[in-house]
Amino acid sequence: MPARELAIRLLASLVTLFGVAVVVFVVIRIAPGDPIAMMLPPGADEDDIARLRALHGLDKSIWSQFWIWLGGVARGDFGVSISIRQEVLPVALGRLPATLELATLALLIATALGGLLAAAGTLGRSTGAEAAVDVWNGVTLSVPDFLWGLAFILLFGVVWPLFPVSGRISPSLDPDYATNFLLAESILRLYFETLSDLLTHMALPAAALALPLSAVIAQLLKQSLKEAMAQDYAMLARAKGFSEPAVILREALRNAVPPTLALVGVQFTFLIGGTVIVERLFSYEGLGNLAIDAVINRDLPLIQGIVLVFSALFIAVNLLVDLVNAWLNPRLRDG
Amino acid sequence: MGRSGLRLRLAGVWLSVVVCAAVFAPLISPQDPLAQDLFLERLPPFWIDGAEPGHPLGTDSLGRDVLSRLIHGSRIALTVAILAGLAACLAGSAVGLAAGFLGGWTDRVVGRVIDVWMSFPPVLFAILLVAVLGTGLHSVIIAIAVIDWTRFARVVRAETLGQTRMDYVASAVVAGRGRFGILAAEVLPNVLPLIVALLSLEMGIAVIVEAILSFVNLSISSDAPTWGGMIAEGRTQIHFAWWVLVFPMIALFLTVLALTQFGEGLRDRFDPVFR
Repeated sequence: MPARELAIRLLASLVTLFGVAVVVFVVIRIAPGDPIAMMLPPGADEDDIARLRALHGLDKSIWSQFWIWLGGVARGDFGVSISIRQEVLPVALGRLPATLELATLALLIATALGGLLAAAGTLGRSTGAEAAVDVWNGVTLSVPDFLWGLAFILLFGVVWPLFPVSGRISPSLDPDYATNFLLAESILRLYFETLSDLLTHMALPAAALALPLSAVIAQLLKQSLKEAMAQDYAMLARAKGFSEPAVILREALRNAVPPTLALVGVQFTFLIGGTVIVERLFSYEGLGNLAIDAVINRDLPLIQGIVLVFSALFIAVNLLVDLVNAWLNPRLRDG
Repeated sequence: MGRSGLRLRLAGVWLSVVVCAAVFAPLISPQDPLAQDLFLERLPPFWIDGAEPGHPLGTDSLGRDVLSRLIHGSRIALTVAILAGLAACLAGSAVGLAAGFLGGWTDRVVGRVIDVWMSFPPVLFAILLVAVLGTGLHSVIIAIAVIDWTRFARVVRAETLGQTRMDYVASAVVAGRGRFGILAAEVLPNVLPLIVALLSLEMGIAVIVEAILSFVNLSISSDAPTWGGMIAEGRTQIHFAWWVLVFPMIALFLTVLALTQFGEGLRDRFDPVFR
């Protein structure tokens, strides 16, 4: 992608992020509940209320509140959480690794499963096998991650208790790591006991998040693979004596992946959005779970901060997908 | 007929069951959905020993009848699906039609706003809106419409743009018809089938969002029978009374599946490529 176009994309992303900030600020300020009243014991006098209000800047006009807040956000100062009385940004960023690792694992599962289903559907095209793959995709695509999560809790947490159904790590293991990327650090440090504990905790929520996306990948990839398998180069490879699976791996896949990837990017942001409720379902200590606590506690600065972090993540993923697409597709690269 | 016909038919059967349950809820419920009876708590469904005849699907931890709550819950699910779906549909389609037909700066502004909207995690946005608006059925409906109008606006805008470039619109312009006359008489009828299909998909989403909001205790009062509320209660009883969780899950699963398949079946049928 030419530098000029990259600069335009970046600028557009910033404009979108600004729009997000405006919307969040407006939405929260129309809230009828008084966050200050909830922080004080009943019977607090007017002076106490006014003092606390001034402390959180809630006594100023709505415009100055917005500009003060936005100026702070630009400097990385997202304000102080009302319910846990800590800086918002470090709290949010401290939870972010847990969510990123969960989303990444889910993406890997979705890609592997979707790829296998697409390959199976392509090998058995126009037979019962393809029809079975289509029906499975239809069901996994229609049913959202929330219901898959519940079904997994019931099946693999209660009926066959194979996996833990709450938390990120067993309380007995307390890894003394440098970062909160527990999964990545366990791999780098070769702590396999911690690694397997983390993976068993993440398996069910990640699978619940992965199923709908795997169906999207399987459908799109199967379509592209079937088209590729009818092309001349696939015929040639068959004439050379390659088996069908080998033709898929050696010839068709290379041409089928870029168009699939272009559409999967947006779907991955849906997966990240799904972490909010799935984390709640599995009591997984990520950003989404913290967000729901913040909403329940009417913690305005924390909610604002988390929504902004999530939105920045969405915008970054979309930008990244655009870049990868441009890199994979020379026609876009020079256009 | 083929596969899309079978899909439409199966989905239609289940949706009719849900609609009948909702309409005739007071007549067909075996019990009062709110009545608690601590002597009859956590009764199992009828095929397990210890079941009581008046409670075919068992009772929850407060002795409330699961089947009756399920039947009454369909009323709330359907109300949200229809009202939130229609509100999102009307708002989004109007914006999409305007952007696609007028083009120019209207289209650019709409495009920007949609970009901003798509950058919010939808579930978190819904939870935030309901927390701000106050819990209750009307807040749930408003929140879903405020978030999901973009689903309609995006698709309807693209489709309108495509239709506006067709020859028949050009000939209507040549024939001297007014812009809104063309939009209403020529473009809208061609975009309408797509809107109907999207509406069915959106109703499926609305049912799920309501369940999620009930699950985090932000929908209507926790006492009222909602599928999401029953699921939240069942999640805590999972080791003692699995049926409290399983039956509303099945109802939710089938309803969402039916609405989605209905929408996709309609889309296949209307889409000239498949016809």
